Amino acid sequence: MALQDVSGFQDTPIHTSLSSLSTSSSPPTRRPFPLSHGTTTLAFVFQGGVIAAADTRASCSGLVACPSAQKILPIHSHLLVTTSGSGADCMLWERILAREIRLYQLRHGRRLSITGSAKLLSHMLHPFKGTDVCVAATLCGWDVEELFYVCSDGTRLQGELFSVGSGSPYAYGVLDGEVRWSLNEEEAISLAREAVYRATHRDAYSGNCVDLFHITAQGYCRRDREDLREEYHRKRERKDAGSHATSLVLTLGVGKRRSVEREKIQRGGVKWHGVE
Amino acid sequence: MEYLIGIQGQDFVLVAADNIAANSIIQMKQDQDKMFKLSDKILLLCVGEAGDTVQFAEYIQKNIQLYKMRNGYELSPKAAANFTRKNLADYLRSRTPYHVNLLLAGFDETDGPGLYYMDHLSALAKAPFAAHGYGAYLTLSILDRYYRPGGIPRSPSRLFTIPLFYCPPSPLSRFILNLPSFTVRLIDTEGIHDLEKLMPVGAKLLAPAPSS
Repeated sequence: MALQDVSGFQDTPIHTSLSSLSTSSSPPTRRPFPLSHGTTTLAFVFQGGVIAAADTRASCSGLVACPSAQKILPIHSHLLVTTSGSGADCMLWERILAREIRLYQLRHGRRLSITGSAKLLSHMLHPFKGTDVCVAATLCGWDVEELFYVCSDGTRLQGELFSVGSGSPYAYGVLDGEVRWSLNEEEAISLAREAVYRATHRDAYSGNCVDLFHITAQGYCRRDREDLREEYHRKRERKDAGSHATSLVLTLGVGKRRSVEREKIQRGGVKWHGVE
Repeated sequence: MEYLIGIQGQDFVLVAADNIAANSIIQMKQDQDKMFKLSDKILLLCVGEAGDTVQFAEYIQKNIQLYKMRNGYELSPKAAANFTRKNLADYLRSRTPYHVNLLLAGFDETDGPGLYYMDHLSALAKAPFAAHGYGAYLTLSILDRYYRPGGIPRSPSRLFTIPLFYCPPSPLSRFILNLPSFTVRLIDTEGIHDLEKLMPVGAKLLAPAPSS
């Protein structure tokens, strides 16, 4: 995790130390590049269903590999999976999961429950524990009002609020204070958007846009992808309107400058600081 | 970071485990149950590496139940403990050892209550009291000092007041990590009883889960 690297937190390498006990294992080959799990995904349950949100930046060490990746993948009409970790691994394992769930449905005539899907994914990932497979997925569905967090290290947790990725501590900060069962749909969506926005603001490996999905008994509903830059400017505007309320002369000048700046950004032009 | 404790009384075993499921620096879940019911009178408490705990504990659980189905009677706690240890030992020198620390607590009609301590190197010891985790460093000395086999009262509040929350500074309040709550269970001749969750005074839980 990026946050781990920055803060110098060391996870004890339990597996590597124990594998040195057995004579038949060879030391794992070192990757020639550092793998970063840059993302912010979150999901929570409330009275109106389940909200899942994620940013859209796919990062590769310090490079933004893709500014418009899709990190929330629908498996079927009532199950979404949010991905974090290695993009290739997540894509592959979610396709495998979708295939297995479909096969189950064909063989048994009924859809596999979310609990069962989580267990299936966890057991499929277990043989790869200790290798470099890195998948951290949150399964969001409708049949139980709970989320499942499944990780390639074997963790499988049931819960009602999860956030995964390098931006997750920032998202937790926003969500922990405000998530309640009694939220209505707009409040829940704006809370999810705010949490992703705050995480992308601070975390270098998350950013660009936010994807929001809402699952109800009728299935999932996808909202349009929203550029978080707009959110940033909206917030700047609100903050400036609040702080410059008393100064008339400055307000006019500053307001004009900012709106011109924004115009330039929207036209894709160069942004000049303060000069117009 | 995780904590398990077991104490054997005259005709019962008392066990407690913390409730945190963590992923590096974040507590992902605050109501995780780390006890697995192997049979009507046997509990397995399991902590250790993330996926290994649940995988190993469920494997043991299903095998114990299979034994009962095949043979018509349940394994005794001693047999279950030895079976668990054998599995741990078999996997220890394989490519995929299970890094788990266990406490197995059970009540046998003939032998009475039993508490078995197992660790990730598949050591097995029957002990009157045992603990796992960093918290063990803080609580074992108290247990050493105050434990008397006949004199353990049944009520958990008094019992766990002694090792866990002995007069200030209470031992687990010394611990740099916050363990806000503990699941407590008691096993006696009638089976497994759920007791009230222990929450030390001043411990902080996140806002309760949305469903109510």
